[in-house]
Amino acid sequence: MTRQFLLALLAGALFGAGLAVSGMADPQRVRGFLDLFGAWDPTLAFVMGGALIPMAIAWRVQKRMSAPLAAKRFVLPSTRDLDPRLIGGAALFGIGWGTAGLCPGPAIADLAVAPSPAAVFVVAMLAGMLVHRLLPAAPARQSSLETSNV
Amino acid sequence: MIGVASAIMLLGLGRIAGVSGLAARAAGIASDGAPRVLAIAFIVGLPIGAALITLILGPVEARFEQGFTTLILAGLLVGFGTRMGSGCTSGHGVCGMSRLSIRSLIATIVFILAGIVTVALMNAMGVRQ
Repeated sequence: MTRQFLLALLAGALFGAGLAVSGMADPQRVRGFLDLFGAWDPTLAFVMGGALIPMAIAWRVQKRMSAPLAAKRFVLPSTRDLDPRLIGGAALFGIGWGTAGLCPGPAIADLAVAPSPAAVFVVAMLAGMLVHRLLPAAPARQSSLETSNV
Repeated sequence: MIGVASAIMLLGLGRIAGVSGLAARAAGIASDGAPRVLAIAFIVGLPIGAALITLILGPVEARFEQGFTTLILAGLLVGFGTRMGSGCTSGHGVCGMSRLSIRSLIATIVFILAGIVTVALMNAMGVRQ
């Protein structure tokens, strides 16, 4: 577990460092990327594109592996259906993303860069997650996911 | 770096580096997902990585021009939406798209379009805060 813990910490730190050097941690830069009809700043598209390359390779390697290097098995999403929940959730997320220029990773990484506004956003984000969890429809989905993971 | 970090999560721990799911798991909001201690390690790593960059390369630009009310509203939408849609920029945008997942491709197109429309409307209405 110690090795797993250190690997997760390393991955998180590398991810946070990547967000910081790429400009993703700057809400106004992100809003500039989304400002297609205004002063559009396309550079962040290369950040996402750049992240896709190592991951595309990793997925190819993953297909040949029977188990991860430091864990017993792969636990990966297997859902395939395009339901209203996916589309609706992505739309709500996109509206929030455009409003503040923040998605979850940069918001959490920014706790080290701009602590108070980032903390306000992160607490609200966790509250939004909790609201989703507490809605009547949420428990059914939770339990179905749990059984599919077991 | 983001891609390599995601690859470490996948090949090392067998998990998707989806920040919204890991954050929910770390905070105890999601009852399923990665082992909680690993979710916490990854989430705590994010600000540590950003802090290391400020130490090594100097100040990281993070311009927060929105007021607290706007940040709270946006945060609620991001939190609710990412749970409802099962992922955010990292899980769908990086991990899912590179896996050629149709679900993730659709989700990514939807949240980028929603973001573009939101910024355009806010600019058109002169909303800056």
